[in-house]
Amino acid sequence: MTPMVDLFLLLLTFFILTATFRPDEAAQVDTPTTSSEIIAPKLNVFTIYVSKDNKAFFNIDNGPDSTSHVRSKLLKNMGDYFRVPFTPEEVKKFEGLASFGMPVKDVRLWINAESGQREQLQTGIPMDSLDNQLAMWIHFARLNNPEAEVTIKGDAESDYKVVKKVMDMVQDKKIDRFNLTSTLEKVEVKPQNTK
Amino acid sequence: MAEIIESDSGHKKGKRRAKKHSTHIDMTPMVDLACLLLTFFILTTAFNEPKIMEIVMPSKEKVKDPPKVDDSRVINVIMAENDQIFYYNGLADPTKGSLPILIKTNYSKDGIRKILLERNKDLFEKVYFYNDSLSRGLGKYKANQPKDSIKSQVKRFRSGDKKGPIVLIKAADGVTYGNFVDIMDEMAITNIARYTVSDLNFVEKKMLSDALAGKNVEVQ
Repeated sequence: MTPMVDLFLLLLTFFILTATFRPDEAAQVDTPTTSSEIIAPKLNVFTIYVSKDNKAFFNIDNGPDSTSHVRSKLLKNMGDYFRVPFTPEEVKKFEGLASFGMPVKDVRLWINAESGQREQLQTGIPMDSLDNQLAMWIHFARLNNPEAEVTIKGDAESDYKVVKKVMDMVQDKKIDRFNLTSTLEKVEVKPQNTK
Repeated sequence: MAEIIESDSGHKKGKRRAKKHSTHIDMTPMVDLACLLLTFFILTTAFNEPKIMEIVMPSKEKVKDPPKVDDSRVINVIMAENDQIFYYNGLADPTKGSLPILIKTNYSKDGIRKILLERNKDLFEKVYFYNDSLSRGLGKYKANQPKDSIKSQVKRFRSGDKKGPIVLIKAADGVTYGNFVDIMDEMAITNIARYTVSDLNFVEKKMLSDALAGKNVEVQ
């Protein structure tokens, strides 16, 4: 039995070491497939999700190193702008969380919720012209981390008009180059009339 | 938990020996646990990392003197609901004779890709054979070039392109984001040097509604 156990432990070690912790995402998004082989950046990026039911969600990482605290600064800015004060504890907790999508006034509820109840609070970030909170998230995200790349992660079945609106918002902040998250599907095309 | 099995061989010949302990321990619980964890990690590991497609949209700032576009190079691709694509060549101008007829096609490899490849043959072959000769280390291109120079060479091919199509991508109502990504991917696959996303104009809206009703439309 010993060789078998040896092998098991070896495999176990391998899988433990290669496993990456993936935080819960605000919404299930099935990305479209493309032939692109570029791997998505993990740092210095903010992501706008568009789910199947055309709701927008947002995520940003903490910046180039642990002293940047991009998320904290972003939440403070948003709190000041929308007059929703956040306590230092809430700001700190927010830093460790991941993607979210709700009006700013509900962000506190989401931060303080039990992990099982967070999902119900993901109602989407308002983005109509009267109350365009998504544009403010993008604005302050860009202020706090000007080097961040922009990634749009849309569901293949979401409405193009909604994604176009998001792209327009991003372009309004003078970002013309951005990434669309996709799943790889190899495509090989050869010239037609060659031997 | 591990039980140690004692050997009682010392009693057999009456000689007093130091008690020997067997080193065998019962490993079953450990193996159980290891198997359980192994199964868990195998099942939860995601090997394919998410990929991205880079796109650059034209800046929103107004350009003073937009360069003249050669009408004959323009292909208008109109995406419509239920994964339909229509295209027409040139510009639709009702003041200059009749409107062009929309041609219906689809997102498959024999659909829009075939048309774009035909129109973009020169540039596509240039880039294809360049990459091909690089990967085989043949021809006038040396395989040991730095990666940046490969990229900039392809860029030069693209900017030097004077004959390839200029694709205007337009989306009607009911188009999904997946359709948009598909068409952008087709641009990347067929190596189109010049394409942009724009809105349907008044004339095209009429042409499209006619085409959807089955009037003035051809099938590829």
